[in-house]
Order: sequence, then structure tokens, then C-alpha cells
Amino acid sequence: MSIFAVPAGWLKAPHGAERTWLAIALLWCLVLSVMMPYWHLKGKQTSSGEAYDVEPGEFNARVEKFVRDGKVDVRNGIPVVEAPPGGHAYLIGRSWTWYPILKLKKGVEYKLHVSSLDFQHGFSLQGKAGQGLNMNFSVLPGYDHVLTITPTSAGEFNIICNEFCGMGHEKMTGLIVVEE
Amino acid sequence: MGILTSDNSRVCDTTGLKVCLQSEMLIKLNAVVAVVCLLIGVLAAFGLALTRWETIGLLDPLMYYRFTTVHGLNMLIFWILFMEMAILYFAGTVLLNNRNASSLLSWGQFGLMLIGMGMVNYSVFTGRADVMMTSYVPLRAEHEFYLGTILFAVGALLGTTNFFANLYVAKRDKTYKGSIPLVVFGALAAAIIAVFTILHGAVALVPTWLWSIGMMEAPDAGWYRLLWWGLGHPSQQINVCAMVAVWYLLGTLTVGAKPLNQAVCRTAFLLYILFINRASEHHLLVDPGLSAEHKMWNTSYALYLAVLASMIHGFTVPASLEVAQRKKGHGGLFGWLAKAPWGDPGFAALFVSLVIFGFGGGITGVTLGTHQINIVAHNTLRIPGHFHMTVAGGTSLAFMGLAYYVVPLIFRKEYSFRGLARIQPYIFGLGISIMAIGMTLAGSLGVPRRHPDIDFTDAAIKADLSAASPFMALVGIGGFIAATGALIFILLTVHAVFLGASNKGRAMTSWQKPEQDKLTRDLMSTNWNPEGAGLKPSGTSVLTLLLLAAFAIYYFANWKALADVWHVS
Repeated sequence: MSIFAVPAGWLKAPHGAERTWLAIALLWCLVLSVMMPYWHLKGKQTSSGEAYDVEPGEFNARVEKFVRDGKVDVRNGIPVVEAPPGGHAYLIGRSWTWYPILKLKKGVEYKLHVSSLDFQHGFSLQGKAGQGLNMNFSVLPGYDHVLTITPTSAGEFNIICNEFCGMGHEKMTGLIVVEE
Repeated sequence: MGILTSDNSRVCDTTGLKVCLQSEMLIKLNAVVAVVCLLIGVLAAFGLALTRWETIGLLDPLMYYRFTTVHGLNMLIFWILFMEMAILYFAGTVLLNNRNASSLLSWGQFGLMLIGMGMVNYSVFTGRADVMMTSYVPLRAEHEFYLGTILFAVGALLGTTNFFANLYVAKRDKTYKGSIPLVVFGALAAAIIAVFTILHGAVALVPTWLWSIGMMEAPDAGWYRLLWWGLGHPSQQINVCAMVAVWYLLGTLTVGAKPLNQAVCRTAFLLYILFINRASEHHLLVDPGLSAEHKMWNTSYALYLAVLASMIHGFTVPASLEVAQRKKGHGGLFGWLAKAPWGDPGFAALFVSLVIFGFGGGITGVTLGTHQINIVAHNTLRIPGHFHMTVAGGTSLAFMGLAYYVVPLIFRKEYSFRGLARIQPYIFGLGISIMAIGMTLAGSLGVPRRHPDIDFTDAAIKADLSAASPFMALVGIGGFIAATGALIFILLTVHAVFLGASNKGRAMTSWQKPEQDKLTRDLMSTNWNPEGAGLKPSGTSVLTLLLLAAFAIYYFANWKALADVWHVS
């Protein structure tokens, strides 16, 4: 009975079906433990957490330079910036938009720097319906979060914000355009 | 001091246990406030369900955010922690034949938690704290929001201290023989986890409060997340411990369950204490500043030893029910289940809670909390899908089942409308399951949590997640059914407490048929060996293997889904 005090002698090894289940459960936990290092070495997706201290003003200055150097178009009043292939791309999360619109090439690796100028935001990349593409990363003020990213599909991909950042959070969107 | 006399206690007319009168009062008060908080959370839940159901879209964004904050705080923190305080008083005195140690600590607990809860709810209701439960800096609430949280936490710390004092006094005065009961051991595990949980909370919230009154700079956002989740996640592990303790308790009361091997059950609780705290990092898996190695080690809770603990309870709890049923003569692979007291809401809540927690909450939790898989899950609706199957379908439902026994045994009032009470756990469980499945499917399409709609009407750049509409309807309909089930529970319980028939001087009216009830009472009053001949838990073995198969399929399907997204490191 679980509600009564138990006399001495309860400390004994399990046996029978209970022992079998313990062994199976322990093995399964080892499988779970091995999968993450395995994917780290063999898989193509991981969150390395690479980040650097940055003042919001300083990050903003880098983004403005990035926009000046690579602006190729303007959509809905927001600059469209082509990142140098294999180079650095910058993205600001701020209340309540992702800035600027990025233009990338499929199959090319970029260092994507993401930071916030105000609150915490959630970078959430959205594929089109049926594409099965959704990737999410935290964006914090003061942190230059570096994602080493390679788009593997072409098209237009929305970014939405999935970390509550105050009134207006629900309309915080952005765009990444990937060309073949 | 720990000795009970006829002045400070009464003898329970049903179980024969001695009940310390001061504890009884504190159990009642904490349980009543818990149910009030549950009511606030349930009313908010109706608003949320009817908003995320796109066809209705009830609330505007501001109200949606405010309702989400109200719902999270009252459900996840207030309802559950007040109930846990009631459980600590019960476990530390009634089950140990012991008297409550400290009036000062006990009333301090209740008073501070009540004041803290009031301050936080005032702050949120008046629009001074539209910051969600997590209150991520530099979003800022007004100062009373933080101070209320701190007072609430200090109150909880006093309650756990009083519980430790109760254990000490009971041991010193030899009010029981042998080792403490398993249920008390589970409550002790919960209380120990509560201590370091609350200390993390203090480190996160005291500087944040000082910032809110202008005495400090804003805390660093990453630092705050790390410390806040040291509060936020382990506090859910307090719930897990308390829920498992309640499973064992309800198993005993409803079918006379007896664990096969108490050493195994106790070791599992010990694993929770040692390793569960690392789960805090599950919320930081896609954060900047923490290395992949660090995330992997922590997210695995050091080789998944806390997951092992849950898998152990996932066997020992149903096995303890099975052997008791077999002892009564209900054999066959699943005959013991077929003959179970399904009309007893205590048993129904226990079993439905066990299934939802194990097959739903457990499997999804481990999978979403896997370092790399979190990339395709973080902050999507899959997260609330997971934790509604642990905290709502698991813990809250188990606590509802507990109430169907606490009210007759401690308040000594009978439930009326017993037919409705018998089906209430199924209504709630069904609603939560439908909603959580809807959330999981919608989240798999990228739908974010804490978001009032999926059509981004006023956004500068159009985004469209309307492919998820059917799943959002499931969220709304399931949420509505679950909230209705919870509301039925509240109305029945409030009616019983204030208007129910008194059962003073006699045993409580059983929820079961007299012959079922008699078999259970006979089992409880005899000493039998749960590992005796003919009692093999083969049905449980089949059920747990089924669980493992479902686990493996879901887990590897998620790795497959991850393999299809862009490359990132």
C-alpha cells in the first residue's frame, strides 16, 4: 500500500517483468542519448549557439551598411538586399518587423547574423503549404546570433515572430527570397 | 509535539486515519483557493479556445494576450501550487499519524501565497502586466507583478519548510514505524525540487523587480531566460512528482493497488530529484550563447535518467493496479482493466491522466526537447500541445480525481449529481486530447504559440498559415470541451463543499458498487504479496511495449522531418 509506512526490508532488487522493463527503458534512454551527438556529427541541422555581444546601436549600424552595399530593390517600403554568396547577411528583429528583406541563393552557405533592437523576438521561417519547412531560433537584444545557414529550396519564405514582443507582435513578418 | 490527541485531531470515519485538525483547515483553505484560481483559468480558456478557432476569432489581439497571461499564471502556477500545498499538509501529517509542526510557517505560507496571487492577478487584470507568464525582459510589467510573484514563491518556500519540519517531528516522535509511505516519499521529492526551483526564481525575479522600480539596469535577456527557466521548468517537475504521488494514492484508494517493489518506485523519485533540473535547458535549445555540447548534455538530463524515472513509473503505477485487480480474481490479459471501477471518478481520472501523460505528454516532451529537433518545434503550437498533455491532461486531471476523495474525506461533504461526476474526467480528458492533437498538427505546419490568428491581416508583408485552419478548429473545439469539463468539475465541487450532504459520523458514500468496494477494503486491510503467485502484470507489460513502439515511431519521424529542412549550424 502506498499510503502506509513500510517496514524495513523493502530495499530489494526488482525481478520478473519489472526488471525486464527497466532494462528496456534504460536501453531506450541510451538510444536517445546517442542520437544527438550522432546528428551533431552526421546531420545537417544543429543549433551551435554561436553568438557575440553587440550593442543594439552597433548592430543597427552594421545592418545599415549591409543594406547600402547590397540593396537591389524595395518592396512594401522595405529594402531587398542581396547577400554576397558565401558571405555575411544581416537581419534585425524589431517591433514589429524583420528588416531588411533578404535575397539568397539556393545551395550557398551564408553567415546570417540576427539580433534584436528592443525586445526578445522569435525568428520563425515558414515554407509554403506542403513544403514541411519551419525553422525557429531565438533572437535576443545584445546578442549577435550567427546562423550558418544553407537554403536547400528556392522560392519566397516568410519569417514570422513567435516570441511575444508586445502589442503588434501578431503582425511582425519578414521575407527571405531564395533564387535557384 | 507530533503526538495526536482527541483535542487536536479526529479519526476518519472511512479510513480510520487520524486527521490533525489544523492540517485539515489548511488543506481546506488551500484547496478552496486552488479551485478559485482554476475557475479564473478556465474562464480565460474559453476565450482562448474561441479565439484560436478561426471561424469564431472571439478576442482582439490585446485581450487575447491578456487572457493568455491570465490563463497561464492561474493554471500553471496558482491552481497547481495551492493544490500541492494541500497535498504537502496531507502527506506530512495525516499519512504519518502526525500533527502539523508550525502554525507560524503554515499561516505564513497561506497568507503570502494568497497575497502574492492577488497582486499578480490584479496586475494582469488591470492591464499592468501584458507580458505573458514568462515576462521575458526587457518587456516590463509594473512592479507589483514581480513583487507578487516573489511573495507567492516565499509563501511556497514556507510551506515546504513546514513540510520538512513535519517529517522531522514525525520521525523524532516515532509516530510511524518503518519508512515513510511511498506517497509521502513522492511528496518529499516534489518539495525538494520546489526548494531549488524557488531559489532560481528568486535569483531571476528579485533583480527584475529592482529594475521595475528603477533601482537597477535591465537584466540581460539571455541571463534572465536561463534563470527564469530554472524556475519555470522544474516547477512543472514538482507537478510531475506530485501527480505520480497522487496516482499512487488514488490507486490505493480506488482499487487497493500495491506497488510491486517500493525500492524501484523510490529510486525513480530519486532520479527526478537528481536530474530533472537540467530540463530547464529545453527552453534554450535554439538560443544564442549556449554551445551545442552544453545543450546536448543538459537536454538529455545527463543521459535521460529523468526520462527513465518517468518510464519506471509508467510501469509501476499500472502494474500496481493490475496486481490488485488480479488479487481480487479479475484475470486475463486485460480482464483486470475491464473489471476496473470506471464509474469511480477517482479511478477514471487516474487512468485517463496516466494514458494522456504517458502516450501524449511524455513522448512529445522528450521528442520536442531533443536538441536538434527543437529547431522545427521551438515556440510553435506543438509546445502547448505537449504541455497540455502533461500539466492539464496529466497533473490537473489527477488533482481533479483527488478532489473526488478530498471533499468527502476532508471536507466531509458528499458530491451530488453523481452521474455527471462519473463522466467528468472523460469529458475533460477527451477535450484536452482533441485540443492537443490539433495543436501538435498545427504546430507541425509552423503555427506559432501565443498568437491570436494565423492570417496576419495587418502585416506589412503578407504571411499565410491558413493551411492549418482545420487543425485550429480542432484546437478550438477540443479546448471548448476541455474547459467545459473543467467547469463541470468546479461547479460540482463548489456545490459539494457548500451545499453537499454531510457525512460526519459515517464512512463516505463509495463511488463504487458495494461488491467492488468491499473487495478493495478487504485488500487494504490485509497484508498480501504483490509479487505472489498468479499475479504477473502481463497486461502492463503489453501496454508499456505499446508505449515504447509509439515513442520510437514519433521520435524517428521527427528526425526525418528535421532532415528535410535547410542546413544550419
